[in-house]
Amino acid sequence: MWRDALLVAGKDLRIEARSRVALWQVLPFALLVLFLAAFALGPSAPVLRSAAPGLFWLAVLFSTVLATQRSFAIESGEGTRDGLRLSGIDPAGIFLGKAAALAVELAALQVVLWAGLALFFGVHVHTVWLAVVASLLATVGLAAAGVIYGALSAGLRVRETLLPLLVLPILAPVLLAGSRAWSAAVSGPASAGTPWLRILIPFAAVYVVVGVVLYGPLQEAA
Amino acid sequence: MRPAVVRGIGVAALLTTAATVWLGLWVTPPDRVQGNLVRLLYLHPPVAWVAIYLAFGLAALSSLCYLWRRTRSFFWDRLAAASVEVGVVFNVLTLVTGSLWGRPTWGVWWTWTARLTSTALLLVLFLGYLALRRVPADPEVRARRCAVAALVAFVDVPIVHFSVDWWQTLHQSATVLNPDLNLKVHGSMAWTLLLGFVALTLVFVWMVVVRYQIEVLRDRVGDEELEISLAERWAEGEAEPAAVGHGAPGFAAPEPAGGPR
Repeated sequence: MWRDALLVAGKDLRIEARSRVALWQVLPFALLVLFLAAFALGPSAPVLRSAAPGLFWLAVLFSTVLATQRSFAIESGEGTRDGLRLSGIDPAGIFLGKAAALAVELAALQVVLWAGLALFFGVHVHTVWLAVVASLLATVGLAAAGVIYGALSAGLRVRETLLPLLVLPILAPVLLAGSRAWSAAVSGPASAGTPWLRILIPFAAVYVVVGVVLYGPLQEAA
Repeated sequence: MRPAVVRGIGVAALLTTAATVWLGLWVTPPDRVQGNLVRLLYLHPPVAWVAIYLAFGLAALSSLCYLWRRTRSFFWDRLAAASVEVGVVFNVLTLVTGSLWGRPTWGVWWTWTARLTSTALLLVLFLGYLALRRVPADPEVRARRCAVAALVAFVDVPIVHFSVDWWQTLHQSATVLNPDLNLKVHGSMAWTLLLGFVALTLVFVWMVVVRYQIEVLRDRVGDEELEISLAERWAEGEAEPAAVGHGAPGFAAPEPAGGPR
């Protein structure tokens, strides 16, 4: 299972390294969300600073949808999905591999977004460890849930419109917990943010387990 | 299920609902604090109970039964679909009755309290399931896909609940289903509320059964339409060569158009 996961993750990341779709489409989109939010809220620095943690996670959530769609678009061409299924790779391994690749992409995206927040919004993170831990936990959860729903809607003709409807309400707890934890990390005592990690940990754990268990039936259904 | 049983459940649902309305509107006294507004509360908690616990619980359970190989049958798939669809209706009713009560009590139609927010999120999850169901697919593929979707959404419910609960809590905590299980409502009011729970549970059961039967009929119509149109194509294939003039008599196979070159 683990070896299969590494293989699949390596494949996905190699495709990304060569095609650079995430780099030139998803990443600019995430930064664009920050800009649009600034236009919507006005140029007042205190307002933007207080809204920044929420905007950060909103941008990450929207990017998760795009990255998930991309992750399954590369499986849709030339019978790749059937090829994967016939290769005898453990479905749990495929799930873990795709989730790991997605997590790496999302983590890289968050680093850039973090820099964007510092640059454009003047946000300075005081409790760095809290922000990093919250981001890592959230990334695992987002990637796992994203891959489950990506697989669920992969073969459908209406996937572009259906995937956001299905996955965004599921991700709502991550948005909530991530934003609160980041708010605490930016301004305020770290103790205000640590309870939110207790939402992010079960979310990540639950969706990794659900994915490992249900990816087999899911693959047959797609 | 036999038609007489279904009709029986329907009549029972109607009678208990009528009795709840009668007790709620005429027999019970107005509340000391809330006045006549309290009458909405004979409806709101039972509706919410059906929408949040009964409908979604039944949908999750049926989806699990469908996915488990030993109990796999379309019965569970249809049951899950029926219960989600009825659940959506009750969920909307929960939000509407809650809003109607909240406007005079809290002064606003909507507040971002934990229960309201998580109920609304639940509604969106339900709607996503229904949207997924509407995607045309092979029945077996659709059933499996929807079952997985229902389960994946179901595990999110407690997380949503806790996160939203921590996010902001102004709403009163559960009155009837509180942990120590002592009823805090008294006398005729308690009985009316209890009857409301029974009535709306019966309404839910009746609606799910009828909705299930509609689903069965719909599947049958789909199958029969397919057979009819297949028979029509075959008939066309038989008729065409004869009309053109070079079909051997009694030769039934549909020949491709064009004839001999």
